[in-house]
Amino acid sequence: MSTHTLKITSQVRAVALALVAIPILFVAIAAVQARIDALSGSVTQQKEELLLRSGPMLEKLSLGYGPLLADIYWTRAVQYFGNHMERRSHSFELLAPLLDIATTLDPKLVIAYRFGAVFLAERPPGGAGRPDFAVDLVKKGIASNRDVWQLNYDLGLLYYMRLKDYRKASEAFLDGSKNPAAPAELMKIMAARVAENGESLETSRLVWAELYNSTKDESVRQRALFHVQALDAQMALKKLNDNSEEYWKKFGRFPTSIQELRDAGLVQGDLKDPAGYPYVMGPNGVPQLDPHSPVPVELNQQKP
Amino acid sequence: MSTMPAAVAVNTFREAVRDRVLYNLIFFALMMIGAAILVGQISIGVERLVIVNLGLSAISIFGIIMAIFIGVGLVYKEMEKRTLYSLLAKPIRRWEFLVGKFAGLLLTLVVNTALMTLGLAAALFYVSRSFERSDVGILTAVYFILLELALITALALFFSCFSSPMLSTLYTLGIYVAGVFAPDIKGVSEYSQSPALASLARFVYYLLPNFHNFNVIAAAAHGETIPFALVWHNTLYAALYVIVILLAASAVFSGRNLK
Amino acid sequence: MKNLAIEIKGLTKDYPVGFLRKRMRRSLDYLTLSVEEGETFGFLGPNGAGKTTTMKLLMGLIFPTAGTARIRGRSIADVRMHREIGYMPEQPYFYDYLTARELLDYFARFFSYSATERRERVTRFLELVGLTAAGDVQLRKFSKGMLQRVGIAQAILHDPQVVFLDEPMSGLDPLGRREVRDIILSLKRQGRTIFFSTHILSDAEVLCDRVGVLVGGKLQGVGAPEELVSMDVLGIEILFEVHTGGAPPRSLAERATQTGNRYRVEVPEADLYAALEELRVSEARIISVTPLRPSLEDYFFRLVGRQKAALEPTEARIA
Repeated sequence: MSTHTLKITSQVRAVALALVAIPILFVAIAAVQARIDALSGSVTQQKEELLLRSGPMLEKLSLGYGPLLADIYWTRAVQYFGNHMERRSHSFELLAPLLDIATTLDPKLVIAYRFGAVFLAERPPGGAGRPDFAVDLVKKGIASNRDVWQLNYDLGLLYYMRLKDYRKASEAFLDGSKNPAAPAELMKIMAARVAENGESLETSRLVWAELYNSTKDESVRQRALFHVQALDAQMALKKLNDNSEEYWKKFGRFPTSIQELRDAGLVQGDLKDPAGYPYVMGPNGVPQLDPHSPVPVELNQQKP
Repeated sequence: MSTMPAAVAVNTFREAVRDRVLYNLIFFALMMIGAAILVGQISIGVERLVIVNLGLSAISIFGIIMAIFIGVGLVYKEMEKRTLYSLLAKPIRRWEFLVGKFAGLLLTLVVNTALMTLGLAAALFYVSRSFERSDVGILTAVYFILLELALITALALFFSCFSSPMLSTLYTLGIYVAGVFAPDIKGVSEYSQSPALASLARFVYYLLPNFHNFNVIAAAAHGETIPFALVWHNTLYAALYVIVILLAASAVFSGRNLK
Repeated sequence: MKNLAIEIKGLTKDYPVGFLRKRMRRSLDYLTLSVEEGETFGFLGPNGAGKTTTMKLLMGLIFPTAGTARIRGRSIADVRMHREIGYMPEQPYFYDYLTARELLDYFARFFSYSATERRERVTRFLELVGLTAAGDVQLRKFSKGMLQRVGIAQAILHDPQVVFLDEPMSGLDPLGRREVRDIILSLKRQGRTIFFSTHILSDAEVLCDRVGVLVGGKLQGVGAPEELVSMDVLGIEILFEVHTGGAPPRSLAERATQTGNRYRVEVPEADLYAALEELRVSEARIISVTPLRPSLEDYFFRLVGRQKAALEPTEARIA
């Protein structure tokens, strides 16, 4: 039975037009949006942040939705960092304010403190190169989160690695070790070694390795691994250098290759660096990394 | 045929003017800008900055309130009050009626915004005794606010076709707020660990109207010029999106039985 | 063969009712009806019969569940059809912030008139409905009767060939109703087709070429008022007066009703002349002699009564 209704003429025409045209228009809209994103870059965002740098002010404005806003600012901090990393920009100006705002709005946002501890201190282009900001941030975090031993740990690492203040580093490790949840033994040992010897490759490796094990943030983990590998390489090179000295004492000249050391029975095995490349012998018996190796030894360069 | 929407638009504008809503808001906005002058006295050296920021923000906020407040009643009121009965018996198509209502409210907003911009200009002149070349940025910011208002008006009109004013207000506001946080949605799509979530976020990012595009208030306050390419693209974006919404509204309204 | 101004075929409208909107209430049931050009058609029926629903369907304000209709050869889905029709809704509502003049001017803009033509028309039609004085008063201050007049004015100011009026007389005082009736008659004289719904049966009787009676969504009877109503004479009514001191003929007196000196009596047609003779003899003064015929009203009530017994709005369960 035909129910040819007049609704079909007027509405279906409009609906059909909508169904056909709207998806096409949305494709165009997406294209225009992509273009807008490319054009505007970070101009507007940067200037926007400038106005709202005051954490306490923002907290008042947020009308009680502080933690939600904190999450948004935390996300923005991560994006900002990722953005600038990609672009190999050497400026991370807004990272500290963004993290500061996020942690003011939500003082218990531990992940933000930990992220800042690493990436505010890291030298560019890996980070902002401002260990002082990092220390401020972590101290702020400890004040609101006394039961999070990882923050004490981060503080200790900062003092030890970046600021070379061994006394404060030792204190921080010790404070952290008092927390029942912490790996007390380890931290006490670190506290002691740092106090006694100041900086050493072994202690540094220990500190980074512990961070690698304890952190949940993937980017922090990567960074820690980076440092561990670099230190492993440095320690191995130091040992090879000692082997070189022995060779000199024995044969009156420096070895020209690792194989010579092996032949002399001074080293055994394959001797590869953490990236899998074999160590090579440089001039004057100074062992070096294979030129193709990605391991960055300069990271924690110290006088042997 | 092309005069139908124009007639409806003029009448819609006339209604807004005769409803005293318009006058109150202008008055209020002017008051705000007056207050800005006082604030300028307190902080030396940043009077311009504060006035432009405050003024543009007020223009934006009041425009949004008006767009939503009037917009959600555009079609709903005519259906409730049955004024549509005699109107639709005339040789006017339903979509022409919608376009006319949209244009009428937009016209109202343009006039309103223009007046408020004059107030802002007056306040700015009062404070710094001169205009600078970079003040053109302010006009660009106002233009962007109008683009934003056009989008909001279209949204409110769309909901007005089938939903009560209260619900329409909620829906429109909801979409607006979501649109303001568009960059954060984009961020999820770029940095999320889960590919499924990232794809969803990307889809939502392009689907929702991106109101963040139009916020150049901070840039204008600092006297930056907005590149023409951006102005053109944002205009295009707003126009395309408005067309989408009006098409959807027409699809809904064309089959609607009036009570 | 005259053209059909209005052709309605099987027009049906169902409304969803009930809590979950699952049941359907049929408010118009396969209405089929035609109106010729130049005809004045009266659409009668009790409240809720579906008269307004029919008009709204024809105007495109609501959409039919089934059926079609054409006006002057154009489908009701065609917007161009609206150029040739005028519509006055029941209880018209207009933009209350406009004046009468502004409203008419606004509506006139939907037709292609120049500004001068428009102004002239608005003035003319304001005068036609007697609102010249109130032309610049805002509609929110208008009485119902005045709004009704505005309603008629806006319906006809573009000289439509077919005019639809939904209860045009309602809310008007006797003077107003007379004026509306005159307007309708003048439209009729101009050869326009008029389709109007009304409760007032005497108006329908006088004005309409044909009437249709709608009860419970169904069309019950269509035809010229005289056709619908039987030509049978029910009796003759005699009004007479007796001079003071006199008395009416005894045979009539017992059946008569008396008001002062005047008497009214009904006699069967066959007895008319006998009764008149008696009155002549008693020197009564005859005031009037009127044959009694059934009115449209009787027909109407008979129809409605019959329907009401058989009917409540038809409800069909739709799963």
